[in-house]
Amino acid sequence: MQFYSLPSLIRRGLRGHRDWTPAWRKAEPKPSYDVVIVGAGGHGLATAYYLAKLHGVTNVAVLERGWLGGGNIGRNTAIVRSNYLWDASAHIYEFSLKLWEGLSQELNYNVMFSQRGLLNIAHSEQEMRDLARRVGANQLNGIDAELLSTDQISKLVPVLNTSPHTRYPVLGGTLQRRGGVARHDAVAWGYARAADALGVDIVENCEVTGIRTASGRVTSLETTRGEIRAGTVGLVVAGNASVLASMAGIRLPIQSHPLQALVTEPLKPVFDPVVMSSAVHVYIHQTDRGELVLGAGIDAPVSYDLNGNFRIIEHVLAAVCELFPIFSRVRMLRQWAGTVDVCPDASPIISGTPIKGLFMNCGWGTGGFKATPGSGWVFAHTLAHQEPHPLNEPFSLDRFTTGALIDEHGAAAVAH
Amino acid sequence: MLLIPCPWCGPREDDEFTFGGEADIPRPADPDALTDEQWADYLFMRDNRRGHHREQWCHTAGCRRWFVVERDTVTNEILGASTYGDSQ
Repeated sequence: MQFYSLPSLIRRGLRGHRDWTPAWRKAEPKPSYDVVIVGAGGHGLATAYYLAKLHGVTNVAVLERGWLGGGNIGRNTAIVRSNYLWDASAHIYEFSLKLWEGLSQELNYNVMFSQRGLLNIAHSEQEMRDLARRVGANQLNGIDAELLSTDQISKLVPVLNTSPHTRYPVLGGTLQRRGGVARHDAVAWGYARAADALGVDIVENCEVTGIRTASGRVTSLETTRGEIRAGTVGLVVAGNASVLASMAGIRLPIQSHPLQALVTEPLKPVFDPVVMSSAVHVYIHQTDRGELVLGAGIDAPVSYDLNGNFRIIEHVLAAVCELFPIFSRVRMLRQWAGTVDVCPDASPIISGTPIKGLFMNCGWGTGGFKATPGSGWVFAHTLAHQEPHPLNEPFSLDRFTTGALIDEHGAAAVAH
Repeated sequence: MLLIPCPWCGPREDDEFTFGGEADIPRPADPDALTDEQWADYLFMRDNRRGHHREQWCHTAGCRRWFVVERDTVTNEILGASTYGDSQ
């Protein structure tokens, strides 16, 4: 792997930038691996990287139906935070946030993690009480969280309409100063490059069409590029989790929905933090290039379509115009959707399955991006030891049978 | 936007309707006899099919009746609609 640094940039620049090599190989699939990960998105590539780096498991393939990073890792709104209510979620998201803080150095790849702060605003007395409770829970878990008054919010984001005469006036909010955004594509590319350097094969254009088992154990995967044997398989396929699981006869408590996002033309910098409102269903931040990135809630019907319903766009733009009158004439450049895998309790599944050797990392729903490093870290541990790490033990598939659900609708369902 | 064919009112825009999830999940006839696994399956587990999908809709802002729609979940093509009496 070519090490990226200022001296290497200058040295190669003086030679006309002719000797840069691709960041990762285009690997051909081998007939057999120790571990096969299905899905070359952020979580899958992070899993492969930590398997090779921390557990010495390097005979690993990451299979990808389309192209690397073409799924939800490239379709989210790039927001990172850890202010979740329950202990189980707080621990895994905070662990992930700590990994984010050193990720560019760890991967020798600039993921442009920018801790510009993350502001949740409230529009009702009940929402203020809920946020105050969450701030308390966060502080008990060692997560930075502050309760802000409307005046403080107004100073932090002067372009936000905090007038008491709006339809949904801003009554206050919470701030996580360590929250922020990262460049999502760079996360996929950085993990891919680092995993590849440790010997992991990343195989694109390789769709899994079947899962073979023998006496309750996974034995191999049927793919469009031939059969690939593996004793351990990790499915990390987000919106298509139910489709892959059904190949092994497993039903999941997941429903897939389109989640849309939009981006505007670039503006001069006008506000720093990410601003999220659960009540009016919008989250917004300004990128380093000046574009506004907007996201909303999911489309209600189950769907794998990647367009999304125009009604959601009308809804999110109405909310933006109400909160930020200054943006009312900004033009949209692009709109897109990703297929998100939503669990009934808005928490993920990082777990073994009734089939030995077959593991799932899915159900991240509308908010998986922020968890990418931590998710990969704990899933690598789970695959290497064939049992969960304490951080992901609560996120088992059998919690839907035992009833030990982790209800994060307040912290997760809308706001990402 | 979807054009939902209500069996009673005809095709209408989707914002008149409420989506009600997968169809054909009957309420347990004898709830006391269910194991935890069967409860989990009834309450939470879904086929979540890619492609042909039978689902429930309610014409909330219209006749307020529930019915079954068949739709392709990849293309969003509506393949038909039926009342509960028709489909069972």
